[in-house]
Amino acid sequence: MSATTTNARHSTGNSPVPPVRKRNSLAKGKLPKWAIWAIAAGSIIIGAAASTLTGFSIAAFAIYSAIIFLVAASVITTVVEGKRRGTNAMWTYLIYAAFIVALIPLASVLYTVLEKGLPGLNGHFLFTSMNGVTGAVDNQGVENGTPVVGGAYHAVMGTLLITLWATLISVPVGMLTAVYLVEYGQGKTLSKAITFFVDVMTGIPSIVAGLFAAAFFGMILGPSARMGIVAAVALSVLMIPTVVRSTEEMLKIVPNELREASFALGVRRWRTILKVVVPTAISGIASGVTLAIARVIGETAPILVTAGIASNINMNVFANWMSTLPTFIYYQIMNPTSPTNVDPSVQRAWAAALLLILMVMALNLIARLVASIFAPKKGR
Amino acid sequence: MRVVNSTTRTSNTPPPLQHWLHHPRFVKALAMTTNALTSKSSTSGRLGDKIFSGAALAAGVLILITLFAVAVFLLIQALPTFFADPAEVSGGQGFFAYIWPIVIGTVIAAAIALAIATPVGLGVALFISHFAPRKVAGPLGYLIDLLAAIPSVIYGAWGYMILAPALVPGFEWLAKNLGFIPIFAGPASQTGKTMLTAGIVLAVMVLPIITSLTREIFLQTPKLHEEAALALGATRWEMITTAVLPFARPGIISAVMLGLGRALGETMAVALVLSTGNLIPSLIKTGNQTIAAEIALNFPEAFGLRLSELIAAGLVLFLITLVVNIFARGIIARHKEFSGAN
Repeated sequence: MSATTTNARHSTGNSPVPPVRKRNSLAKGKLPKWAIWAIAAGSIIIGAAASTLTGFSIAAFAIYSAIIFLVAASVITTVVEGKRRGTNAMWTYLIYAAFIVALIPLASVLYTVLEKGLPGLNGHFLFTSMNGVTGAVDNQGVENGTPVVGGAYHAVMGTLLITLWATLISVPVGMLTAVYLVEYGQGKTLSKAITFFVDVMTGIPSIVAGLFAAAFFGMILGPSARMGIVAAVALSVLMIPTVVRSTEEMLKIVPNELREASFALGVRRWRTILKVVVPTAISGIASGVTLAIARVIGETAPILVTAGIASNINMNVFANWMSTLPTFIYYQIMNPTSPTNVDPSVQRAWAAALLLILMVMALNLIARLVASIFAPKKGR
Repeated sequence: MRVVNSTTRTSNTPPPLQHWLHHPRFVKALAMTTNALTSKSSTSGRLGDKIFSGAALAAGVLILITLFAVAVFLLIQALPTFFADPAEVSGGQGFFAYIWPIVIGTVIAAAIALAIATPVGLGVALFISHFAPRKVAGPLGYLIDLLAAIPSVIYGAWGYMILAPALVPGFEWLAKNLGFIPIFAGPASQTGKTMLTAGIVLAVMVLPIITSLTREIFLQTPKLHEEAALALGATRWEMITTAVLPFARPGIISAVMLGLGRALGETMAVALVLSTGNLIPSLIKTGNQTIAAEIALNFPEAFGLRLSELIAAGLVLFLITLVVNIFARGIIARHKEFSGAN
C-alpha cells in the first residue's frame, strides 16, 4: 500500500508538465483493468500451443493454460504492483481455481448420469422387475438389437419400503430425543452425553451400521437373516443422528416466551410441547427429516450386508431378500447380468442412477419447499 | 455476508417478541387452557406429563444403548475370529496379519483423499465466504452442497466408468517421469482402477463436508477483525491470513477430522473403483484394499469364520472412526462458544 502511494506521489510530483491524457494518479502503479484479460488470453494461446506439442488433450490444454496464467498473472502483478499485491493476486487466482476444480467432478457426474441414464429411463424400465431376465436374454437382445428388457421396479419398491420403515423407526426416536435434549435435559450430564454421542454417531461408517444390524438380527434369527427390516434398522442408525440434530436446532430457536406464556395459562408441559413448541418448529423439523431421508435413500453398503439382492418383486420387508436402487446399480455394474454383453446392464445401472439422483434431488427440493411453506407464521 | 441456509436454519435470532400476545400459538394455548380448565384434565394431564417425559428420556437413552450395542454386537460376533486357529483365518497367519494390510490401505486412501480435499475445500470455502460476489455466494454454496447429495454408489459408478479410464494417461506420465518415487512406481495400471483413483473419488466425496463446515466458520470471523486488518492496509489475502485463518484454525482441524472419518468409512467408491490386491506402495498399480470395501465385497458370500472375520474388520473400522470422530467433536466442543461449528 505504502509503496504504491509513494510511487504515485513521486511520479506526479516529479513530472514537470503533466501530459494531457495521463492516467489518474490513484491508478498509478497498478495494473490496468484490461491487463488481466490480456494475460488470460495470452496464457490460453500459449497453453494451446504447449498442449499441441505434447499431444493435444482438453485436460492438458486446461492445466497448461491455468498454470501459465497463474504464474504470469502473479509475476506481472508482483513486478508492477509490488510483492504484497503479487502474493494477493496469486492466492486470489488459486482460490478461484479451487472453486473451478471442485465444480468439475460435479458437472462430470451430472452430465454422465444424464447422458447415459436418459436412454434407459422409460416406462418399461420403471414398471418391470429383473425377474426372468438372464444373461441369455441380454445376449439375445444385443444380437437382435432389440431394446433392453428388464427394469428396476423391484428395486424402486425396495428402496421406498426400506426407507419408509427406516423413517418410521427414526423419526419418533429422533424427535423424542431432541425433545428430551431441549425441553427436559437442559444442563444435565445425560443430555450432554447424548448430544456428544449423537455427534459421534453421525460419523459411523455406513457399512458398520449395516454390520451392526446384520449381527444383531443374526443373533436373534440365525446368521443368514437378510430382509428389508434389517436394512431399515441399519438405515435408522444412520438416520437418527441427523433427525436429532435438525430437530434439536429447530426446537432451540422456538422463543422461550411462547413456552412461558403457555405455562402461565396452566397448560401442562407435554401439551405445551405438543401443541405449542413442536408446531412452531414443524417446518424446520419436516425439512430436516426430508434431508435425512435423502441422505439414507442412496446408501448402498448397509443394504448390501443386510437385505441381500433380489431380482423379483418383494413387497414384504419381514421376509426374503430385497433389492434397492443403490444395490441394483452396484450389482449391475459389478456382476453384469450377461458377462459377455455388459451394455444392457450398464444401461440399466445408469438409468437407475438417474432415477436415484432424481429422487434425492426431489427430496432436497421438497425439504426446501416444506421449510418455506410451513415456516412459522409471524404474529403480525 | 452471512449466508443462511434456509432449509436447516431459519434464523439464529428469535423473531421480535413484543407482540407475542397476538401470536397464533399463544392464542391457541389460551383456547386450550379454557378447555383444560372446564374439563377434568388435572390427573390425566399429570399422567400425560409423566408418559411424555418418560418417552423422551427413553428415546435419548435408546440412542446411547444403540451406540453401545453396535460395539457389543460386533464384538460378540467377532470373538470367534480372535480365538480361532491362526491357520484358519484368511491368509493363514491369524487376524492381525489379515487386518494389518487393509488398515494401512484404508489409511492410504483416506490420506490421498484429504491431501486433495483439504486445500481445495478450504479454497472453495474461502471463495464462497470472502471472494465471490455476495449475490452469487449463496447459490454457489448450494451447488457445492449438491455434491454431498449425490449417493456414493453413483460416485463409485462414475469413478469406475469415467474417471478411471480418463486417468490412465496421467498414471502413465507419472510412471514414466516420477517412477523413481515408490508411490508412483510403474508399470501403471491399464484400467486406471488404482488406489490413486479411489483416493480422488473419495476426495470428491469428502470435499463438501470440509467446505460446508469451514465456510460456516469463515463466515463467523468477527467483522471488526477483518475491517481492522483492511484498514491497516492489508490486502485481501493478508486480511485472510491475519484475521480469518487464525480464528478458524480449530474449526478447520475438526472439519478435516470429520472428513477423515468419512473417508475412512466410505465403502462403495472404493469397492467399485479399486481393483484390489495385496498391500503395495505404488498408488498407480492394481493392489491395496480398504476395510470397508473388503467387507462389502466379501460379506454377501461369507459364512462361518469368514463372516466373523469381516465383522471383526468392521469392529476395527468402527473403533478407528470412533476415535477420529470423538477427537474432532472434542475440538469443536472446546471451541464451541466462538466457532459455532456443528
